[in-house]
Amino acid sequence: MGKLKETILTPILKGNPITVLVLGICSSLAVTVELKGALVMALSVTIVTGLSSFICSIIRNTIPNRVRIIVQLVVVALMVILVDQFLKAFEATYAIDKSLSVYIGLIITNCIVMGRIEAYALGNKPLPSLLDGLANGVGYGSILLIVAFFRELLGSGTLFGFKVIPQALYDAGYVNNGLVILPPFALILLGCIIWVHRSLDKTLQEK
Amino acid sequence: MEYISLFVKSIFVDNMIFAYFLGMCSYLAVSKNVKTANGLGLAVIFVLLCTLPLNYLLDTYVLKPGALAWLDPQFAEVDLSFLSFIIFIAVIAAFTQLVEMIVEKFLPGLYSSLGIYLPLIAVNCAILGGSLFMQQRDFVNVGESAVYALGSGIGWYLAIVALAAIREKMSYSNVPAGLRGTGIAFITVGLMGMAFMIFMGIQI
Repeated sequence: MGKLKETILTPILKGNPITVLVLGICSSLAVTVELKGALVMALSVTIVTGLSSFICSIIRNTIPNRVRIIVQLVVVALMVILVDQFLKAFEATYAIDKSLSVYIGLIITNCIVMGRIEAYALGNKPLPSLLDGLANGVGYGSILLIVAFFRELLGSGTLFGFKVIPQALYDAGYVNNGLVILPPFALILLGCIIWVHRSLDKTLQEK
Repeated sequence: MEYISLFVKSIFVDNMIFAYFLGMCSYLAVSKNVKTANGLGLAVIFVLLCTLPLNYLLDTYVLKPGALAWLDPQFAEVDLSFLSFIIFIAVIAAFTQLVEMIVEKFLPGLYSSLGIYLPLIAVNCAILGGSLFMQQRDFVNVGESAVYALGSGIGWYLAIVALAAIREKMSYSNVPAGLRGTGIAFITVGLMGMAFMIFMGIQI
């Protein structure tokens, strides 16, 4: 039981895919302008990582070693197509931004998905692999949501599209920060999150 | 004239790294010294330049709604666009394998210096991202897609070489313990991105 708990907790704190392993930053930061986009992305990545780890783990003994990258890519691409078609179907109902589709497609090349399959799923039973994939997705999504929280709050004064900064503050001369909306700020914010994380946990510091 | 505008735009304004964060993983991992960064950057330009026009042709003549009409009028209704992810990634993976074999055979020196990063180009988001953006932008012909590929490849190349040069110098400076390595690299990329922002809204 202790091992299972470790499988779930490690990716969220000590081995967080973004702040510690630096995997899967590609594309995902571009959706952190608003909390809603970040939430959709976080859920999609969690589902894709979990399910593709699960499937690759089931067929792990039948994949020839030389072509395993292609096999993994096909499995991941299938999962991503499923998620993409699902989102397309509900696009109108939940007003999901159309431009998100490109970034959903880019989950295929998201290094965490491939990284977890290579590092964990190919050597473990299906169920732990599923949990490992899901936990990594959660660890990844939590960072995405933290970044999106600050960017939406400081950049537009809203959370999930609802106004949280009172009008009185604007009347008193408060202005939304335009820099926060621009891409470079996401990187600087991420650098600061890494700084905080590594200052709290000194074992993670690099020389 | 349009080509030049598209070219400059894809290098500076729509820079793969600073505007879309594409190919970030290998960007941060391989930018520790200028020499390997240079090799990887050139390989990325090459693979982008080859796969993007190929994917454009596949998209226009096979995948788009009604694209199969040239085969027979009865296929005019067929829409295969849901297959585009899998087709694009297959083309990219196959092409990377090909490049790897060619480089290994004819340029063994470059092959050993690039090492593991050459096969990893297949999962570089900048390459797949280029194809997906190409699909979204509706280019009118192959030439435009090739120019876009060359421009975004050069943009990625410039970004990785610049970061590698800065990181080489930075190894001599005294960075706070928690920020060493990845943390400071992120903040540096952010500041470089801010510098690239000045190209926004450029018109040629």
